[in-house]
Amino acid sequence: MREGFRQAMAWLHTWAGLIFGWLLFAIFLTGTLAYFKEEISHWMQPEVQTHPVDDVRSLNVAQQYLQANAPTAARWFINLPDAREPGLSVMWQDKVDPGQRGNFMRKTLDPVSGLAVQARESMGGEFFYRFHFQLQMPYPWGRWLSTLAAMVMFVALITGIITHKKIFKDFFTFRPRKGQRSWLDGHNAVGVLVLPFHLMITYSSLVIFMSMVMPAPILAAYGNDTQAFFSDVFPATDNAPALGQPGRLLPLASMYQQARAQWAGGHVERVAVNNPSDVNASVNVFRAGSDSVVHDFGSTVSFSGTTGELLRVSGEPSLPAVVGGSFYGLHMGRFAGPVLRWLYFICGLAGTAMIGTGLVIWLGKRQLKHAKAHVMPFELRLVEVLNIASMSGLLIAIAAFFWANRLLPVSFAERSGWEVQTFFIAWGLSLLHASVRRGRRGWVEQLSVAALLFMAIPVINALTTSHHLGVALASGDWAMAGFDLTCLACGVFFAWAARKMQRRGVPAPKAERARPLTLKREAH
Amino acid sequence: MKSKTSLPLAYRFAVTSRVLAAVIGGYLMASLASICLALWLPTARADAVITGMMSSFVFYLLAVLWCFACRSAARAWLGVMLPSALFATLAGVGFWMTRT
Repeated sequence: MREGFRQAMAWLHTWAGLIFGWLLFAIFLTGTLAYFKEEISHWMQPEVQTHPVDDVRSLNVAQQYLQANAPTAARWFINLPDAREPGLSVMWQDKVDPGQRGNFMRKTLDPVSGLAVQARESMGGEFFYRFHFQLQMPYPWGRWLSTLAAMVMFVALITGIITHKKIFKDFFTFRPRKGQRSWLDGHNAVGVLVLPFHLMITYSSLVIFMSMVMPAPILAAYGNDTQAFFSDVFPATDNAPALGQPGRLLPLASMYQQARAQWAGGHVERVAVNNPSDVNASVNVFRAGSDSVVHDFGSTVSFSGTTGELLRVSGEPSLPAVVGGSFYGLHMGRFAGPVLRWLYFICGLAGTAMIGTGLVIWLGKRQLKHAKAHVMPFELRLVEVLNIASMSGLLIAIAAFFWANRLLPVSFAERSGWEVQTFFIAWGLSLLHASVRRGRRGWVEQLSVAALLFMAIPVINALTTSHHLGVALASGDWAMAGFDLTCLACGVFFAWAARKMQRRGVPAPKAERARPLTLKREAH
Repeated sequence: MKSKTSLPLAYRFAVTSRVLAAVIGGYLMASLASICLALWLPTARADAVITGMMSSFVFYLLAVLWCFACRSAARAWLGVMLPSALFATLAGVGFWMTRT
């Protein structure tokens, strides 16, 4: 291997980045979209009525619904609506033999009428959120793969920092219109500019799944009784078992009030009821994650369901739990208001751009050697095809997902599944397209298609629903209007990128001959 | 960097060996290090476990960096397995102490 520490680190950066770059690009982009998952869901299910938030009313509605529809369930979960998420979500788990997990049922209710929400079936923003860490793979493989990718990202970040010794000097050098040089400058600038975000987001993603990917310490300290660990960390999971005698559950609203008083007015996100029809019913009230940066999983107030007696208020979390909770809270960004949320979104895009530019640089450097030959070696061609399909192809797939949402009939039974199918079919087609078109032409064509698809989204929205831009702006529905405007802006940007690509393609032979000389000096 | 096709077989084996040392050996070392923290930290048991899990990825990172920074593949394995053995011994002592 190469001599010198920095060269070795550059080698590691290059190859780790290449092999996981395509996957990381998709993970970063879908994760970035997930910061607006509620807003995306709102756009994708425009039928869902928004009401002023009234927790007590929502809670009563949910309790009535569950009492009528799932009186014998083992557990109820009630997620209260908030300003961003208008639906009241109730979930229940069937009663089954001990040691087995019952099936989960889930319904979204209108918090005023108490009826199941009548809206087109769609995963909405949840699709991007799930794909971001499950990669559409069966449990737990997707989580493992995405965490592995996060570890590679961590290695790539640190080796990247080591490679660029003049990190701050480099940051202020940007040489536009210099081809390969500009890509490298851009890669460095965007990497350094949001470096704290990159480090935070990468390390926190490891922390989020740490008990899955690094179970050794749990096993060593707790032996086979791993449940004891989770009971220590999340005391609310430690509830009295059902006695088997019927009992009557008190109204949840009064427990809700008491819990809020305990938190000095903090918000409630979720209410869980264990054994709701049993005399030993227990109620756990969970605090909202949006209340603070430090996510405290254990922040609960527990009640007896039949007597209403306050059983337990979780204490202050310990220092390690606070550190872990901060990682979790910072990664999810649920505490973020509109401005901070946009900042998250922009940082996420910057991370995506850093990965994308890295992939382009890898190929660009190696292509120069084969600039004169007409045939590219197979491995370079493979990287080129994967670059195009993983980047511009993903953009097309995302646009296709939104198109499917508006074009599939609202009453179509399998529409939610078909939206997802459309996403993957479009992605597959773009891979096919990339493999039959020559490099630059593939880029230009796919970016143009993506531009058209995105720019047309506000138009289809106007044609197929009554929530077009004019209406949304007039009624102050910023999520709806923001979605349309963002799609429009993305479309314009992709059109600009496609044009840029096409222009650069023309005088390329002349420019490329001059470049190898300057490149050798900084090649690593 | 040279085109991959011109690289000798021995070089490829060495790189594969380093990758295995980094991925598998590194994970082993990180696991053992986190077990040591979980057993030896003088805090509550759950807190020690959380600290162990949270810091394990730094150990993993260091192992990976070492595997590609050192001079040979053999050194890569040595640099991962020696600390692993040390952590395993410490963990064994800690484990024995909690049991008795």
